Amino acid sequence: MVAYLSVAAVLFSLGLFGVLTRRNIIGILMSLELMFNAVNINLVAFNKFVWPGELTGQLFSLFIIVVAAAEAVVGLAIVLLLYRNWQDITNDNINVLKW
Amino acid sequence: MTEHAYLIVLLPLFSFLTIVFALRWKEQVSAVFSVGMIATSLIMSIMVLIETLGHQGDYYAAAFSIVELGAFKLQLGMLIDPLTAMMLVVVTSIGTCVEIYSIGYMKDDPRFSRFFAYLSLFLFSMLGLVISDNFFMTFIFWELVGLTSYLLIGFWFEKKSAADACKKAFLTTRVGDLGFIVGLLMIMYYCGTFNYAEVFTMIGAGAVPSGIVTILAIGVFCGAVGKSAQFPLHAWLPDAMEGPTPVSAIVHSATMVAAGVYLVARTMSIFIASAEASMVVAVIGIATSLMAATIALVQVDIKRILAYSTISQLGYMIMALGLYGVDTANGHHSPGFYAGTFHLMTHAFFKSLLFMGAGSVIHAVHTNDIMEMGGLWKKMKYTAPVFLIGSLSIAGFPLTSGFFSKDEIVATTFGHPVFTVLTLLIAFMTAFYMWRLCFLTFFGEPRVAHRYEHAHESPNTMTYPLFFLAFMAIFAGWTGIPALKHGFASFVAHGEGYVPHADWVNYIVSSIVGLSGIGLAYLMYIKKSISADKIAEKFKPLYNLFWNKWYFDEIYQAAIIDPIMTFGRWMWTFDGKIIDGAVNGMATLTMWWADVKMWIDKWIIDGAVNGAGFIVRMAGSVLKYLQTGRMQFYLILSMILVIVMILLKFEIAHINIEWPSMTVIFIIAVLALSIASRFVSEDANQESENEK
Repeated sequence: MVAYLSVAAVLFSLGLFGVLTRRNIIGILMSLELMFNAVNINLVAFNKFVWPGELTGQLFSLFIIVVAAAEAVVGLAIVLLLYRNWQDITNDNINVLKW
Repeated sequence: MTEHAYLIVLLPLFSFLTIVFALRWKEQVSAVFSVGMIATSLIMSIMVLIETLGHQGDYYAAAFSIVELGAFKLQLGMLIDPLTAMMLVVVTSIGTCVEIYSIGYMKDDPRFSRFFAYLSLFLFSMLGLVISDNFFMTFIFWELVGLTSYLLIGFWFEKKSAADACKKAFLTTRVGDLGFIVGLLMIMYYCGTFNYAEVFTMIGAGAVPSGIVTILAIGVFCGAVGKSAQFPLHAWLPDAMEGPTPVSAIVHSATMVAAGVYLVARTMSIFIASAEASMVVAVIGIATSLMAATIALVQVDIKRILAYSTISQLGYMIMALGLYGVDTANGHHSPGFYAGTFHLMTHAFFKSLLFMGAGSVIHAVHTNDIMEMGGLWKKMKYTAPVFLIGSLSIAGFPLTSGFFSKDEIVATTFGHPVFTVLTLLIAFMTAFYMWRLCFLTFFGEPRVAHRYEHAHESPNTMTYPLFFLAFMAIFAGWTGIPALKHGFASFVAHGEGYVPHADWVNYIVSSIVGLSGIGLAYLMYIKKSISADKIAEKFKPLYNLFWNKWYFDEIYQAAIIDPIMTFGRWMWTFDGKIIDGAVNGMATLTMWWADVKMWIDKWIIDGAVNGAGFIVRMAGSVLKYLQTGRMQFYLILSMILVIVMILLKFEIAHINIEWPSMTVIFIIAVLALSIASRFVSEDANQESENEK
């Protein structure tokens, strides 16, 4: 189980690092997907080792995959609109909500 | 009818209210309406009189309470005895005459309707006073009479003299009323009731100490002194001439001044219980009478002469009533009670006749000064004869009203020689000054031509009432003559009935006195065989004394009015300096305190409020740098917080964190902080770039 959780932790940390460091919004979205999947691995692992007879974890991870897909669609749509308005998708330059 | 006698009182009130609220702008209608009301009252009064004549000795009493406090009751009620019935007829008949007369006299007056309203209210007050069955109600109407006489005397209030006169009348009578109130309160304290019959029974039975009776009787008499213009409160009456003449006529005969005499007659039982109080009454009466007669000898204003003659005649009545009290208290018989009331009645008729006659003369020549008149007999075919009838009556010419009533008063004084002499002297002076007035006004040569030229007879509304009054001036007194068995005397008697006395000696003496007075006036002013000027020259000090009315006005001015005014001014200064000073000081103090509070408000309260705003702004100006607009910066912040919270959670739950996890967290934290520091420094750079 430790192996599963270690993989998930490494994956989550990579995703988190990506989210916090990437300048490209598409990169950020991709890193987000990594974090989702780390969570999914966690869920599945816990399901298998803590409550073996049940399917709650698997089911919940499927939900998360679906929601992540929908979220990716929305995110990419926002990226598309940003690009149309500013011809730029670098998040450093998109700071109009500043004080 | 007797049980509905209250209607007699209420009709004039109804008339007053109707005129005030409905008929004020319809002058003729209001006059006719008010005359109609008082005439109805007159008819009802006569019916009451006839019924009262029917059952002698009996009297009718009815009352209802307006206030009840335990055993104590304040009542309005009526007491119909012969005295009341007689007064009702006198008041209403003279009231009717005066109102009819006023239609002519007050013609073209801008406040015509108001005059009739006041007259009606005046008659209402007097009738209420007459019909009252207790001291309390009497006092109410007593004051109403005072009030309405104030309104009427000051009717032409644009004239300063009239305004002063009504104030003087009101205030002077108020002095007497103070004594009256003291008397009333003592009656209340010692008897526990105001009802006449009950009070008289208690005093008659000796339930009240005799010294107290004397004081309370004098207290009640004080009221009468004020109202009936007795010495020393007589000063208002001559000034009351400033009112319209019909007002003088009614004030001087049937109402205001009659109220005082009526009060003494009504409360006779109190005076009988105290010979001392009665003696005071008698002495005041004769002193007043003598003083007023001497003043009347030398005056030249026609209405003032009549005014002083009124005071003199009122003194007569008061003296007769007082002597009745003295004699009865000492166990003697005396005709004083009915002599006083009899004279009250006859005097009411001939004095109103004289006043209205004088009004008619003034109306014709437009002056009050008899020295500017003369020879008016030819011009005034109706007024002159009736005026002479009135003068005959007041002078005590045989077979006139005044003769019979004055005779009874003279009879009362038998047994008191000083009073007898003075009474006859006054009778002589009365005859003299009245006929001096008549001769100067109606006979001889006209002294001021243009006055004579314009003189004319008055309209019918003014002369017809005079005819009625002239008739009464002769025949009203016949109700008391021996030939009719002293009808009046046995009717209006106090206690046991009429006591016969030596009529004929009396009659002869009075006749001689009256005729000699007239004769002297004739010699002085028609024959001019005795020079009036020479006599005046010879008795210069006396003449001056009489001419200046015994200096009473001056004495009152110096002794009472001036000190009061000085005191008033002193009080004014006191008020201005000390009271106002205290008030203003208070205000200054308040303003100063307000300044203090304003300072507190401005610096402490507002300071706190502004301070709160200031702190928020300062905090905002610092914290705004956290709002970078960068998504990843926010994420880092929230991540740091999450880590801190997790650590805290572990710390609180005392969970030992294992090394591998701790390491991971530590690595993440260091990573996050390094990235965050990069963002913050970038922001700072960017900001410095923007400033450039």
